[in-house]
This record gives sequence, C-alpha cells and structure tokens, in this order.
Amino acid sequence: MVEREHLPESPRENVGARRLGRAGFLGVVGAGVATLFFGSEISRVTSAVTKPFADATGLSRLVPSSGWRIYTVADTMPVFDRASWRLRIDGLVAHPLELSYDQLLALPKAEQVSTFHCVTGWIVDGVHWGGVRFADLLAAAGPLPGAHAAHFVSAEVPYDDYLALSSLKLPDVMLAYEMDGQPLVQEHGAPVRVVIPDMYGYKNVKWVERITLVAQQSAGYWEKLGYDVDAWVGGSNGYT
Amino acid sequence: MATRELTGAEARPSRPRFIERFTFTERLMHWVHASAFFVLLASGLILYIPSFASAVGRRPLVKDIHFLTAVSWAGAMVLIALLGNRRALARTIREIDVFDRDDRRFLAGRVHAPQGRFNAGQKVNVIITAAFAVLFFVSGMLLWLSERNTSFHLGGTLYLHDALMYLSVIIVTGHLYLALINRSTRHALRGMTLGSVSEEWARAHHVKWVGAPSQPAGDGADALEMAPAGER
Repeated sequence: MVEREHLPESPRENVGARRLGRAGFLGVVGAGVATLFFGSEISRVTSAVTKPFADATGLSRLVPSSGWRIYTVADTMPVFDRASWRLRIDGLVAHPLELSYDQLLALPKAEQVSTFHCVTGWIVDGVHWGGVRFADLLAAAGPLPGAHAAHFVSAEVPYDDYLALSSLKLPDVMLAYEMDGQPLVQEHGAPVRVVIPDMYGYKNVKWVERITLVAQQSAGYWEKLGYDVDAWVGGSNGYT
Repeated sequence: MATRELTGAEARPSRPRFIERFTFTERLMHWVHASAFFVLLASGLILYIPSFASAVGRRPLVKDIHFLTAVSWAGAMVLIALLGNRRALARTIREIDVFDRDDRRFLAGRVHAPQGRFNAGQKVNVIITAAFAVLFFVSGMLLWLSERNTSFHLGGTLYLHDALMYLSVIIVTGHLYLALINRSTRHALRGMTLGSVSEEWARAHHVKWVGAPSQPAGDGADALEMAPAGER
C-alpha cells in the first residue's frame, strides 16, 4: 500500500544520497568505447550463443545478428534471368567468349568452406561455397601473356573491382554460384559472385556479368573512395 | 470520496490541481530525441535487415536519410541545451545524478519507496539513454568516416552500433509501455506533453518532490484510487 510505506519516513530527507548518475553515465560510455576495440572478439562469443537459437527459430533469416548484412550501392538489386543471362570474358584473351548459366554449371565444380570478412567488422564463419576455379573458367578464353589482372564488372551499376591474376590462383578463390548448398540468391549476387576469403568482402564482387583481363589492377568502386586495392584481411584498410 | 468539511487553507479545490514537472526546454529535448530515434530506427533497420534492404532498395538514399537525421538530431540537441532553459536543465541533471537510499530500494524492487521528481528507474533510463546517444553518435560517425578514410576502421564499431540498437529497442518498449499503457504511470505522458501533472498523481508517485499529503486520512483514498496496489 502506498501510504503505509510513505508515512513512517520523513520523505524530504535524502538519506544516503550519493552522486552515482555521472559515474553510471561514464561507465556505460566507457564500456561502449571498449567495445569499439574488442567488438569482433565479443561478437564471436555472443554469436556462438545466439546463432543456434537464431537458426532454430528461423530468426537468422530475418536478423543478421550472427551472419550476413547486405550492402548495395545502386537503387535496386540486379534480377537474374536464367535464359538471357550471359557472362562475358574479354580483354587480353585469345578468344573472347560469352557463357550461359548452363555452360558455366558444366565447367568443373569446386567446393570450399571459408570465412567471409567484411571490412566493416562483421564476419561469417563456415560459409559453404560451390563454383568454378578461375583457372577452369579462363582456360577457354586463353589469357594473353600481357594480362596480369581481371576487371570484374557487376550488373549492379556502377560497382566493379579488380583482382591480380596471381590472387585468382590462390587456393580458396572461385566464381561461386552456390552458397550453403543452394543456388546463390539475389542479395548474395545471383547468379555468380567472386569469393576470395583472404580479402575483405568488397573485393568479392556480386552479380558479376563481365570479366575483362587487363594489364594491371586499377581502382574499383571502393578503391576510388579510399579503400586499399589489395584488401588482405587483417593487413589493409587500417587493420593490422 | 470524503465528504467532510474543509476550512481555510486546507480546502481542496473541486477540480484537480496541476503542477509543472517539465519546462518547455526539457519537453522539446525529449520529443526531438524521440522523433529522431524512430526515424533513425526505421532507416537503420532498412539498412540492417536483409529482407527490408531488398524490399526497399535505394540504399544510398536510405543511408543519406539515416546520416542526415543523426547530424540534425545532434545539432538540435546541442542548440536546445545552449539556447533553452539552462537553469531547468541543470536542475534536472542534478536531480538525476543523485541516488539516495530510497532510490536504491526502488531499484531493488520496492517500487513504493518514496521518490523525488524522478523515480530511480527514470533516472537510470535518462542516464542510459544519454550514454547510448553518445555511443550511437560516436560509432555512427566512425562508420561514416571509415567509408571515406580507412584509418577510422575499428573492429567493433558495427557491433557496438547494432548492440546499442537492440538494447535501445528493449528499453524504449518498456518506456512506451509505462508511458502509454500501464494505467498508474501513463499520466506521466501529460507531464511530457503539456508540462504539468496532477498534484494527486505526483503525491502518489513522487512524494519527495511535492511533499507529503496535507491530510493523509482524507487524501489517502484518492491516492490509492490513482495508484492501485500492484501498480507495476
């Protein structure tokens, strides 16, 4: 009851008054600032706890708390039409060519499980990719001796980026058309995207529709905004 | 209702009396903060949740809305603090800073412990909201800057921004419940819109602010009427 509790006290006395508010405010701000530096480690711990729950309840499809975020630069995402889609391979090659989706699937299939690192700090562990190694993809086109880099052009205009041909030869690099056992979905770059786990996500171009071999790398979409051309995870873009 | 005769200064007016709880400055700050929060939450969720992102598209535009709302919010809050009733703000901050024994009892679950103009839960809410506002702004600016200069990249910026969002949604949900739905506390909304609250309500909930009832025997019934047992 309200009154019974109030009355025995002399209500205007602030017994035991202490200025705790400022300390609380600074404590929360301090904890937050610490999170800026250790957030990746904390998120690995928390997502280990939340991911099974999110997966079991279907929340992980809705909330990217333990997984992917979708970044785009254009107003709409490209729409994949299997019948009309073609992948162009041109530039410094002996035989410029166009591959249909079915021709692409007919190439030798590679599979891998790798970790995806976004430059903004989120990480997805254990992504199962299926796709084509670049050696197999580029073989029919026949790269010329002067070709040292590939220019990946996305159907999401104006996104593009470059990779050195030496980087494409790394073991876990592919043009992926499957993710976690399913054909790549629209927000992950349907029908094909670059996967290069040793570099940050912005080098993993989505919605690839053209690969042009060139003499050397230059600045892609994010590099023109100041990002590193060689985006090694943990060794570029301000991370050490 | 008591029908006994009252005389002189003790006479109670027939209509409820209202006393000022918040100045215009405090209310303006509250509503600027609240409206910015919901615009930022909506635009932020479109950027954050994949199905929203693909349904809405136009990510560059949504990013601009999110960023410009944040900058305008921060500017408006600073302007209100500088140009508004600084004396009232200083008083409010002073009151929120101090936790006495009753406040600690309140936080320990004894919600009928006598409280001042702000109860201890409201004080904690303001403190967390203010700290979160600072952290939201800092982490958001770091995200914006790191798109332009990679030396602003910190491993936990995005994680902090997301975690603040989840925690804020929980806190705001509780805040909305107490302000809009919960019968005994929702009268407080009047204080945050019109500035004043009924004296009887204030006595029941914030007795150390308005003082003890002048006639406990007579007023008790009213106070109980407005604050039934088990009010929270």
